[in-house]
Amino acid sequence: MAEFNTSVKDHGEISTVYLEGYLDAHTAPNLEETFSKLINNGKYKIVANFKDLAYISSAGLGVFMAFIEKVRENDGDIKLSAMNDKVYNIFDLLGFPLLYEIFKTEDEAIKKFDETK
Amino acid sequence: MKANNKNIKEYQLKVKSRTENLSEIRKFIQKHAKEAGISANVIEDMILAGDEACTNVIKHAYKNQPEGEIVVKVQYSDKTFKITIVDHGFSFNPERIPIPDIRKSYEEKKVGGLGIYLMKKLMDEVKYISIPGKYNQVQLIKNLNSSI
Repeated sequence: MAEFNTSVKDHGEISTVYLEGYLDAHTAPNLEETFSKLINNGKYKIVANFKDLAYISSAGLGVFMAFIEKVRENDGDIKLSAMNDKVYNIFDLLGFPLLYEIFKTEDEAIKKFDETK
Repeated sequence: MKANNKNIKEYQLKVKSRTENLSEIRKFIQKHAKEAGISANVIEDMILAGDEACTNVIKHAYKNQPEGEIVVKVQYSDKTFKITIVDHGFSFNPERIPIPDIRKSYEEKKVGGLGIYLMKKLMDEVKYISIPGKYNQVQLIKNLNSSI
């Protein structure tokens, strides 16, 4: 079975979700739950850190699409960061850079939130 | 496992229609693609295409019913690497699913069709055969002469 884990770290009102392992149709519900918890707690400024994500399929990308509107309606965003080339390539093939801000590092993503306060 | 002749190798994996088996399917494709001497980047593309095809089978052909059977076959020669996925679930015609437009999906809050689009982007050929009431077959083909 594929291993996938998330952990969350707060930086003031911004929350970083660290993704680790393999994100596929089996593990996507785990990420959905993480986003649901954040949103239920009024956390709408979210940075996803992909540094330790080895693999993503469209089921994983779908999770980002499922939550983005709710988050933006509440003056928040999901900003993506630290993807390896392979993972970025999948986001790129599906046109995600049109709708999501993608940063090289988590710090840059956090900074962007701070700038747009 | 059988070798038809010295040029074509063929292997088969049978799993139940459960998402927990996707990792086993990916490992199966990876193992044989490595044996075929294919480069790591191309192997990753083929693994993802296979995952997407099997995810569609689980969700659409078997509608998440966990006792369906999925047969994944790989065949390779020095010219092509072919992944064939067969199920006995409901017939669905992925050709009818439009190419996703990420902006439109966003506006309409619809997530879907991404997997089929990826398969087509990542492989050289994607072929479907569906005989309603009998079986569905997806074939993912990579030409090797240009991609190794």
